Amino acid sequence: MRKSEKNAVWMVLPLYLFTLVFVAGPLLYVAALSFAKPNEGYGVTWSFTLENYKRILEPVYLSTFAGSFRLAVTSTLAICLIGYPFGYFMAKSPKKTKKRAMLLLMAPFWVNSLIRLYGWIIILQKKGILNWILRKLGLIEKPLSILYSYPAIVIGMVYVLLPFMALSVFSSAEKMDWSLVEAARDLGASGFRAFWTVTFPLTLPGLLSGVILTFIPSMGLFFIADILGGNKIVLVGSLIQEQMTRGSNWAFASALAMVLMILTTLIILLYRKVSNVKELEEMR
Amino acid sequence: MEDISLELKNIEKHFRDGKNVLDGISLSIRQGEFITLLGPSGCGKTTTLRIIAGLEVPDSGSVWLDGKDVTNLEPEKRDVNTVFQSYALFPHMTVGDNVGYGLKLKRTPKKIIREEVARALKMVRLEGYEKRKPSQLSGGQRQRVAIARAIVNHPRILLLDEPLGALDLQLRRAMQTELKHLQKQLGITFVYITHDQEEAINMSDRIAVMKNGKFEQIGTPDEIYNRPRTSYVATFVGNANILRGRVETVLSGQALLQVNEGKVLVDTREEKLQIGEAVTIAVRTENILMDEDCGCGLKAVVEEKSFSAGQLRMVLRLNDGQQIVASRYGIDADVKVGQQVCWRFQSADAVLVDREERYA
Repeated sequence: MRKSEKNAVWMVLPLYLFTLVFVAGPLLYVAALSFAKPNEGYGVTWSFTLENYKRILEPVYLSTFAGSFRLAVTSTLAICLIGYPFGYFMAKSPKKTKKRAMLLLMAPFWVNSLIRLYGWIIILQKKGILNWILRKLGLIEKPLSILYSYPAIVIGMVYVLLPFMALSVFSSAEKMDWSLVEAARDLGASGFRAFWTVTFPLTLPGLLSGVILTFIPSMGLFFIADILGGNKIVLVGSLIQEQMTRGSNWAFASALAMVLMILTTLIILLYRKVSNVKELEEMR
Repeated sequence: MEDISLELKNIEKHFRDGKNVLDGISLSIRQGEFITLLGPSGCGKTTTLRIIAGLEVPDSGSVWLDGKDVTNLEPEKRDVNTVFQSYALFPHMTVGDNVGYGLKLKRTPKKIIREEVARALKMVRLEGYEKRKPSQLSGGQRQRVAIARAIVNHPRILLLDEPLGALDLQLRRAMQTELKHLQKQLGITFVYITHDQEEAINMSDRIAVMKNGKFEQIGTPDEIYNRPRTSYVATFVGNANILRGRVETVLSGQALLQVNEGKVLVDTREEKLQIGEAVTIAVRTENILMDEDCGCGLKAVVEEKSFSAGQLRMVLRLNDGQQIVASRYGIDADVKVGQQVCWRFQSADAVLVDREERYA
């Protein structure tokens, strides 16, 4: 090996070890746990069993997975619809506006997400700000009970994950050559058709990356559902947490975690297959 | 009555800081004409083109296409197509889809689109390139796709914004001929932008020389080159020396001028001069003669000799410090640097310029 290559190995080694110890290690441990036999009180017996995985096939647990999936899809869809225009208009706006918009987008990150979600409770509850405004405007008679329901959770998910989509679309739209839109209009395209045939395809990579960035967390995040959904909705994440703590069933919790991980990975792979063809075409 | 296809009436456009990009320009273009807007960067020629295309709206004045006021009409509704300086090819579409884009928008049947696209590509010598992507093409090929994409729509007017700017010299020259040929073949009105005077002279039916948002002169290449009206036009197109003189004697069709330390005879043509008047004349470098004839009394010292573009270029310094340039064919001449020479020019080779300024 040449000297420069040898040095490169030494530079990567710490990172390699870190990943091995703190990422691969725990994952392997969880995988091992999922095949272990849970004890009656606490801990596991290290004998190989598939009973944890068999339990997941019970309807109650399957519906939990289905519920998480449904929530993830709904949230991601909502985030696409709100996040794409956000990122797009941010990229089109003049420099000053762009900076301000970026600041507004980033500002929430300075405050802990739990506290921000509690803020949403104040807004959405029966005696909350939203109902107050709607009643004052005369739009409703009785207060809406949005809080502790499915829509409230979706609102929370969108709120927390929106910046990722907006930023992803923004970075894609920023690189856009706007003279292409002028060329399209020159050739006879209306404003909308120019957008649909030129701008949208070229900013699609940003949207697709944004989907991956929001779908994965939305499958696992459960604290949003816990805070805004009360105890009505049970997601896989909270199920895992419950099994780890109150249930003291590490083996089952690990099996659930493994299935969640594999499921999410499969969905992403499938998604990338479908969209990768388009992405390859878009490459300049 | 000739068919006027495009008219600009007193177009004005201001920058945000108050400066005028376009200072009240007017132009009439005939159907089938190849007209070039010639000028340096920043003179307003691209803005003029964008206003014709509809990509910008003038602050005052109007644009008329085929007798209709289109000043505020959207670009997609105008029968005008543009070849952009950067080509602006859609990177996510094939060459075929790029070229057929305009036709697809008009809901033309697929079969006809295929035929028209093939025809357009054949015209620009890119037959069979339909399936390629722009990223796979060279600069010259992309430029031709941009042209094909515009002409396939059979617009009334084609706007070309320095389309040959990014090409190397040889390819540029070849494309100049091709474009001219194409224009004659299609009969479309071409409005062409360039800062290259050679290109303008080679290709145009008429040239509009621009400076600071105004047209200095509009005329045929011959008029622009041989009868420039201002010193700016004289120096921008072809290389002319600008000399100042005073009228000593007025004869019929000619005048004797006191120029520098000598006296020269110039043809006055239609101009009426008065004794004592201060005038400006332009004399092309190739018309500056140097020989033993010192009858005019004009003397100069040879400062520099250089060879460029097939011509010998000599810089002469006059007694008052002004420099003039004399050029001729050949690699060298019988004069040496530092030598004092006598120079003159023929009366027909002097052009009176900047006449309007006196009556401004």
